[in-house]
Amino acid sequence: MAKRKLKRVDLIFSQDCSCKDILTAALKKSREEIIQELIDSGLKGRGGAGFPTGLKWKMAAAEKGNRKYVICNADEGEPGTFKDREILDRVALKVLGGMALCAYVIDAREGYIYLRYEYRFLIPKLEKMIETFHKWMDEFDLDFRVKLFIGGGAYVCGEETSLIESMEGKRGEPRNKPPYPTNQGYLGKPTVVNNVETLVYTMMIMRIGAEEFKAMGIEGSSGSKLFSVSGDTHKAGIYEIEMGMTLEDFVKEFGDGDTKAVQVGGASGFCVPRKRFKETTIGFQGGLKGFSLPTGGSMMIFNSSRSMYNVLHNYLEFFEEESCGQCTPCRVGCQQLLKGIEAIKRGEKSHRYLNDLMRLSETMKLTAKCGLGQSVANSFASIVENFREEMIY
Amino acid sequence: MTVKMINLTIDGKKIGVPEGTTLLEAAKLEKVKIPTLCYHDDLCIAGNCRVCVVEVEGWRVLPAACATPAMEGMVVYTNSPLVRRARRDILALLVSEHSTQCTTCYRSTNCELQELAAEYNIDNEIYINLIKDKHFTIDRTSWAIEKDETKCIRCQRCVRTCAELQKVNALDVIHKGANMKIATFFDTVMSEVVCTNCGQCINRCPTGALTERRYIDEIWDALGDPEKHVIVQTAPAVRVALGEVLGFEPGVRVTGKMAAALKHLGFDSVLDTDFAADLTIMEEGHELLDRLKRKLVDKEDVSLPLMTSCSPGWIKFIEHMYPDHLGHLSTCKSPQQMFGAIAKTYYAERKGLDPKNIVNVSVMPCSAKKYEANRIEMNDSGFQDVDLVCTTRELGHMIRQSGVDFKEIPEAKFDPFMGDSTGAAVIFGATGGVMEAALRTAYEVVTGREVPFDGLNITPVRGMDGIREAKVKLENVLPEWSFLEGVELRVAIAHGLTNATQIMDDVAIGNSPYHFIEIMACPGGCIGGGGQPIPTNAEIRRKRAEAIYTEDEKMVIRKSHQNPEVIQLYKEFLGKPLGEKSHHLLHTKYVRRERV
Ligand SMILES: Cc1cc2nc3c(=O)[nH]c(=O)nc-3n(C[C@H](O)[C@H](O)[C@H](O)COP(=O)(O)O)c2cc1C
Ligand code: SF4
Repeated sequence: MAKRKLKRVDLIFSQDCSCKDILTAALKKSREEIIQELIDSGLKGRGGAGFPTGLKWKMAAAEKGNRKYVICNADEGEPGTFKDREILDRVALKVLGGMALCAYVIDAREGYIYLRYEYRFLIPKLEKMIETFHKWMDEFDLDFRVKLFIGGGAYVCGEETSLIESMEGKRGEPRNKPPYPTNQGYLGKPTVVNNVETLVYTMMIMRIGAEEFKAMGIEGSSGSKLFSVSGDTHKAGIYEIEMGMTLEDFVKEFGDGDTKAVQVGGASGFCVPRKRFKETTIGFQGGLKGFSLPTGGSMMIFNSSRSMYNVLHNYLEFFEEESCGQCTPCRVGCQQLLKGIEAIKRGEKSHRYLNDLMRLSETMKLTAKCGLGQSVANSFASIVENFREEMIY
Repeated sequence: MTVKMINLTIDGKKIGVPEGTTLLEAAKLEKVKIPTLCYHDDLCIAGNCRVCVVEVEGWRVLPAACATPAMEGMVVYTNSPLVRRARRDILALLVSEHSTQCTTCYRSTNCELQELAAEYNIDNEIYINLIKDKHFTIDRTSWAIEKDETKCIRCQRCVRTCAELQKVNALDVIHKGANMKIATFFDTVMSEVVCTNCGQCINRCPTGALTERRYIDEIWDALGDPEKHVIVQTAPAVRVALGEVLGFEPGVRVTGKMAAALKHLGFDSVLDTDFAADLTIMEEGHELLDRLKRKLVDKEDVSLPLMTSCSPGWIKFIEHMYPDHLGHLSTCKSPQQMFGAIAKTYYAERKGLDPKNIVNVSVMPCSAKKYEANRIEMNDSGFQDVDLVCTTRELGHMIRQSGVDFKEIPEAKFDPFMGDSTGAAVIFGATGGVMEAALRTAYEVVTGREVPFDGLNITPVRGMDGIREAKVKLENVLPEWSFLEGVELRVAIAHGLTNATQIMDDVAIGNSPYHFIEIMACPGGCIGGGGQPIPTNAEIRRKRAEAIYTEDEKMVIRKSHQNPEVIQLYKEFLGKPLGEKSHHLLHTKYVRRERV
């Protein structure tokens, strides 16, 4: 099984290069060259779904028409993650640079940064950056303008189609897919939605080249990624780390010596118990026996003092409230999972009811309309499977 | 343009379908029924109930068949173990959030959730009942519409109906997560919002969450009261749809059976709204001619185009949405209300009845008629003109309760006086019908000749296109109408309030090229009304409309001004159209309303 030693990387926040220089060089290349370079780099979206970025841009570029949009997803709603905020605060021009690259590749004139409601304090700073950025665009003779859009404050609005709905002034409810945004997005036009971090990496790949980026990480999960480390650790914070480390290495570095489990990927991610640390590699699913990293790269460390029932209860409360409520499996399923574990804990339902709930969570994963409802089963099943006694007694 | 064909396999069978076909449609072509709840033929796709999920080889999830286009090479299973289990789970979830009081539910046996729950054997409570802890309410404030949150499955069919078909947006989704629900603006009560009472949401609600406010008990009480003389009137569209709730296929005319059943129920007089429809044409036709004269001859500043006022949903809509343009509305009351006013005056007199003992019941294809009957203006007879309004569906219930074998009952006729009508009246029930009836009369009044259309069938105004228009040239007119010589009368028809706004927006900016416009709030006109049998779709509405036009052709008299009883009414009581008595009893005023 492929894996890597835990290695810190410094690409995202590095200040040793000028964004303008990167853009100057990149914009000399053809669209096809840039797409190919991104595909070769193996870069996958850092917003959760892990879709290959080069491919996404290629699809949008292939669409006809000249009204297309680039949207930077800065809704960052996953509890315990704040890496996008950090990026926008410290290296916003890199994000804007990534948007310009995308606009150039897909032929878009307008871009938006969909900023999480709670991040409004960043507005003055971002507006200044955008002003500078627009001057560059003029210098590059690139007809591209970026505006800020302030989000409505719901977690589900981070889901790309829901985000688009809310930008169109509608209720933030996820759409049916297909069609995907690259085909019919904002105002029905081809749209690329990328996470803040993804956009920065496109710039970094332009700087260091696909080869060097791909040299990091492992098959199927190349490069590095920002991780938000929290929970029972003395080193809470944001770290850029090469992909492919084992959880064992991770816990050695960040744990407090008494780690009982790590929640990989936040509420919508997986809970990995101690006995699995060795065999678990952090990277995108597929190809390797690891766990996906839905949204944010959140790594939450729990030591033995934690009640996993409480952990799960918190997650379920979060989902029960943050589900947009439109689809049955998610709206009702979340309520049932929450009420279900409470009833078992109180002894009103037998422990066998956990099996019904496990099946229900599987149904939610298969049938919910969007990623929110589909991923509730991740934390639910992995916590219940590994900490069944804690659920009952 | 040739359509690209997509090849796929459904349940082991290879088929080809045109590009853009959804999996739901593709399965239907193969005669495979995939269950649905949030899907409705008349509405855009929502894909939120997830009951129609299917399995697709190589897909990570089970997609919703209603929202997934067929793709080349797809291998689809509509009934695999995985699919069945998922559907059953989803149905069980819906049931856990639903007040399963089927025995006390008006929609029992005509409920899509009930049917599927039975089909999938949701025969015990798998999940925890969620209703108990929720503070759900039942809103009975409206004269017309009841909204019961405990039975809502949040399919949003009503929301889409109100937005897409009617552009009213009285219902919307509020809150999220466990608290998400369908509500009015700020969760205000139904009686206080822009709701037009059209009831289109009721027709598309899969469960008993939205129903008409029922008056069945009050009607039975009146029938049982020996002091009361209970009159019933039935609207044109009822006779072509009532059969559907009593075992007939859509499109079967049951006029005679209905009259017989009403007599069996014990109504003292079984009369016909159609009579009042003919009366409406007399008044409204002359109103049109009068306005034209005042405009063209007297150069007065009268509002043209004239717009019809028979549809109470449309009336409330224009009062809310275009309050500055109420002058365009005909001042004529709707046939229901004309009937009510005449019944408690002239009819009472003729029959020697004390109007205070008359109970006017009307059977309507409409929920807005319930509201209309209760408008404070509607008491020109000195009493509330129409007392109790029930829908086609409610009458179906009453007939079943009475034990009558509707299929076998011999046909009967309406009672004389106010029971006679013409073909022109019956077509009121379909979109374009009022226009056609008005033209048949107005043209003849002006020229002395029949309308120049084969067999009196003015086909350009018929059909189901959302907006239609027609022109009729007035030539060789009678001397007293000489100012109309050579005038090309331009008319338009719209049904469904979304279509109405298209016409109305032009009227509002003074840019409408028409003289006369017919608007019906409901798709298809009254045959698609909010009180009609459920389900509804374009095909059913088409069949009902066909039946209406057949009924017209079968009538001996087909022009309103030739209705002998109407002629008699003018002679003995009203004098002439737009006369003083008419003005008092048959015309009304409108109210400016707020938009929210
Ligand atoms: C419930 C939910 C919340 C999401 N929230 C975010 C978010 O806050 N930020 C983000 O970039 N992506 C979020 N996503 C993922 C987006 O839908 C989308 O996949 C992503 O923005 C695409 O960008 P990427 O390809 O660069 O990752 C969320 C997805 C779901 C299902
Ligand atoms: S899965 Fe949840 S959040 Fe997503 S569409 Fe369904 S109800 Fe909304």
